[in-house]
Amino acid sequence: MAGITATKTLTIDAAGVYYRELNARLREATEQGYERIELYNVNGQRYIGTNLRRPVEIVIHGTPGNDLAAFADGLRITVHGNAQDGCGNTMNGGEIVIHGRAGDILGYSMRGGRIFVRDDVGYRAAIHMKEYGDQKPVIVVGGSAQHFVGEYMAGGTLVLLDLEGRGHQAEALGTGMHGGLIYIRGHIDKRQLGREVGVEEPSPEEFAGLRALLADYAQRFDLDLDAIVSQPFLKLYPQSLRPYGRLYAY
Amino acid sequence: MASPKLCRRTQLKTYLPTKFIVERDQDRCIQCGVCIRQCGWGVHELDEEDGVVRSHDELCRACHRCVSFCPTGALNIRENTLSYRRNANWRGEVIEDILRQAESGGILLTGMGNDKEYPIYWDHLLLNASQVTNPSIDPLREPMELRTYLGAKPDGLEVDPRTLEVKTPLSSQVGLEVPIMFSAMSFGAISFNVHEALARAATEAGTLYNTGEGGLDRRLYGYGDHTIVQVASGRFGVHQDYLDVGRAIEIKIGQGAKPGIGGHLPGEKVSADVAATRMIPRGTDALSPAPHHDIYSIEDLAQLIYALKEATNYSKPVGVKIAAVHNAAAIASGVVRAGADYVALDGLRGATGAAPKVIRDNVGIPIELALASVDRRLRQEGIRNRASIVVGGGIRNSGDVIKAIALGADVVYIATAALIAIGCHVCQSCHTGRCSWGISTTDPYLAKRINPDIATRRLVNLLRGWSLEIKEMLGGMGINALESLRGNRLHLRAVGLTEAEMNILGVRPAGS
Amino acid sequence: MFDNQMRANPYGDDKVMAACSIFGMIDTSGKRVGGQGVIRAIANMHDRSNGLGGGFGIYGLYPELSEQYALHVMYGDRASQRAVEEYLRESFDVVHEEEIPCRRQARVHKPPLLRRYFVDVGSHAAFGQGDDDYVVQRVMEINGGSHDAFVFSSGKDMGVFKGVGYPEDVADFFRLDEYQGYLWTAHGRFPTNSQAWWGGAHPFSLLDLTVVHNGEISSYGSNKAYLEMYDYQCTLQTDTEVIAYALDLLLRRHRLPIELAAKVLAAPLWSEIDRLEPRERALYIAMRQTYGSLLMNGPFTIIVARQGEMIGLTDRIRLRPLTAAIKDDLFFLSSEESAIRLISPDLDRIWTPLGGEPLVARVRSREAAGLEEALVA
Repeated sequence: MAGITATKTLTIDAAGVYYRELNARLREATEQGYERIELYNVNGQRYIGTNLRRPVEIVIHGTPGNDLAAFADGLRITVHGNAQDGCGNTMNGGEIVIHGRAGDILGYSMRGGRIFVRDDVGYRAAIHMKEYGDQKPVIVVGGSAQHFVGEYMAGGTLVLLDLEGRGHQAEALGTGMHGGLIYIRGHIDKRQLGREVGVEEPSPEEFAGLRALLADYAQRFDLDLDAIVSQPFLKLYPQSLRPYGRLYAY
Repeated sequence: MASPKLCRRTQLKTYLPTKFIVERDQDRCIQCGVCIRQCGWGVHELDEEDGVVRSHDELCRACHRCVSFCPTGALNIRENTLSYRRNANWRGEVIEDILRQAESGGILLTGMGNDKEYPIYWDHLLLNASQVTNPSIDPLREPMELRTYLGAKPDGLEVDPRTLEVKTPLSSQVGLEVPIMFSAMSFGAISFNVHEALARAATEAGTLYNTGEGGLDRRLYGYGDHTIVQVASGRFGVHQDYLDVGRAIEIKIGQGAKPGIGGHLPGEKVSADVAATRMIPRGTDALSPAPHHDIYSIEDLAQLIYALKEATNYSKPVGVKIAAVHNAAAIASGVVRAGADYVALDGLRGATGAAPKVIRDNVGIPIELALASVDRRLRQEGIRNRASIVVGGGIRNSGDVIKAIALGADVVYIATAALIAIGCHVCQSCHTGRCSWGISTTDPYLAKRINPDIATRRLVNLLRGWSLEIKEMLGGMGINALESLRGNRLHLRAVGLTEAEMNILGVRPAGS
Repeated sequence: MFDNQMRANPYGDDKVMAACSIFGMIDTSGKRVGGQGVIRAIANMHDRSNGLGGGFGIYGLYPELSEQYALHVMYGDRASQRAVEEYLRESFDVVHEEEIPCRRQARVHKPPLLRRYFVDVGSHAAFGQGDDDYVVQRVMEINGGSHDAFVFSSGKDMGVFKGVGYPEDVADFFRLDEYQGYLWTAHGRFPTNSQAWWGGAHPFSLLDLTVVHNGEISSYGSNKAYLEMYDYQCTLQTDTEVIAYALDLLLRRHRLPIELAAKVLAAPLWSEIDRLEPRERALYIAMRQTYGSLLMNGPFTIIVARQGEMIGLTDRIRLRPLTAAIKDDLFFLSSEESAIRLISPDLDRIWTPLGGEPLVARVRSREAAGLEEALVA
């Protein structure tokens, strides 16, 4: 058919393949010009997506191991399964969509790109996310997060949706927050929040931006956007850019 | 900038005495105003009415900038001789710390390294010289090799006898022409010009400098081959380009000045350049968490080491910097087993731009002891060659360097000494961000005082002077290659140490 | 004079430092299964350990000799073996003994001599002394004694197999593919000293209690000092040993239910206790006041197993990972999810538990009870 360029796709059966060999094959494939790589039977291999220098698409079937897309930039990764710990570690850009849950330390020190998780995440998600210039990282979680989420947050946007309405369980949320914003769908208790966190309703402009983001999110998981935005949202913000300004004597 | 004062967050009248008195010889003073401009804390001021320069002694930090730059030598700084009733326990400094805390309610901060009277083991170790039975070597006429390689070495080499091809896979090694590197000082803690000078001096001297945890300004990417890029808990400025440009990568777990705690660069020091390099908004605090949140256990460290190796195709050494603490030997053994290509140990006297005073002065152990026990433990474990050992924390001269090598180090890190070379007088005021010498500040007015050309020259001179001295001492011991001194404790003897200390150092008493 | 303490901690560090991978699986219907799944699961977490320790605990192991204490003993030399065997024959009625079957060509490091003994206490115990106490005393005497011998398993109808090698190689060595059990735990170790000794691997066991542990306890010094008051000898100088003794004290001797014992080890924060209703608040204050020295500070995830019961617990701020999963009658605990998926690609439920909250799975009684009821989460 005229005018259509087929996406050069490679399929890899990752069953029993050690992570070093698997990642070497991924690097080779991107250098050979493959734009889309499908991995099957992934089970615990680490660092998938690290050190790939082209903005390729990777589709993972199975359970990728720790540090998925660590230090990565510009990839589009889809996981059909759950991710483990350290997903998006120090990620600089790109997009990860997880049709399942993610483990601990999601998006640690993330500085760009987006991670969309359909279900819950574990402890310490979004620690020290930071932003600079037009690099503003985003994490959206469809379920809830566990404790210490958003600790030391320095930038970016985190959204916790609790779509199933089980209630947000996170405690010590946003301790040390000094940048960025957290949007909570539904209700949260003040005692669940770090001292540095302020709570208010999003402004109409902020809500419009949030809605646009959630439209993307809903599209990824085939969800009803109206159902998502029908519940009220709270905006958590840092009360100070210098949360520890009074801690020291000079 | 407005006249700077010491930060006082309360309206309480201070009971703190003046520490230093500025002595101005009025016969010599020509009222030129250089001292007024040079002081970062605004100590000197022109009295408009009588046209005389006066000094606010209570603001003086004894950094000697004004003394050095006064054209007529009219200035001197002396300690204020306010006498306390003599008390071995309630010393003046102890009293003043309490006052400072009562006036602020905060953690007392300070800069530079531990200044307390803990034993300096370097000063109890003496070197050997060869005589009669073994000739000393004259470095002026004969080759004296200081080159060393940083990185993991294999247990043995398999060589194809016909082709002489080395079949054993070799991991990446970094060649250093001198066994001295510049230790981590972050951009933000120190100014850009100092960073540039360190980069250029390292390049000229054939060694490396360390970016510290503040990322790497792109203007310095050209010196990448002589740069160790640090990955600390805040991950400031850590991205693929950063990892690619460095010659080696260092995971910073801890530092000697403040083992166990995180870092805090106050928003005042986060200038536009610092913000761009750290990739955080200007004026926000740069907070480094206490731990890496993805390293809570030794297997997590292994995970990060290999994440960085994957990210850089296993093409460069990945080292780990830890503070010297109790059980340093076991920790270092774990670090090496986790895959680190070098272990950097930072001792009790390591310096910093800012640290809580109580932690700087009470946490950690001297580097000499840590080095000796780490070297011994790695050898006992049979894994000494899997990682190089780099040590730092108050290395002051070539004598210290030689002794460190003899105790087992491959390379030493210097930082305080490097800053002293370019003007620092160790006044311990880095945390105020008002360094008169332009070193530990990012205020453009102050920071531009460091001329990178001159600073580079001075650093190169320092390394050159020390290298020549090291060669002399090596020659004196009858050694012409650094490898022959590494871990060679037989060339050391101890004076004035207890038996336990000598056992830990693995050094015999002088005379035996 | 032989010293297991020196063996465990040859450099005299404050304690042995190590970290690792852990896995546990229980069939709550009590059905015994082979170990192939568990072995593959722990092997999949290969990079969490470094080949210097691996081990397994198996329950429902010896159905024909289920009433006897099954002692697994390792010896450094024949003389020690003879001396200790004489001691065993004096101290117990030895019903059966044999060499533990091994595969010599497996990739493990310098295996010791390995034997197992199925024994009854009979009338050997002192008047009024329980059989369990008697066995514990004998085991501590052997392990703290002057022979190169170490009892590494001492429960009924269960056994620990461990040594120096990757866990999959240790499994190969001990021919674990030939055994069946309704509860399996596994561990891969990453110790920091190479003179790793077979006795130092996990699981650590005392009677039928086994512990596999990932993490490091910074409160070790306080915990050890406290336990030594109660006659526990911390010969191994590892965190795991201290955890096992603490649980033995709390569960067996002080008879606390596991849910409360877990709250001793992973005590709730004072700020949380202050928010409880009065009766619960009084309980937790009393517990922290009494057992404060057993608070385990520092990262840890442990899988504890006893007859019919598997317990997972993490430190109160969950510094170490733990994934739990259910599939029909099976309950899994693992450091990483991917290990569980190797055994059961489909799962009914998978989650990461909260810090300090014990997960307990029990083999249900003859009445048909759902797994959800057997679970305290």
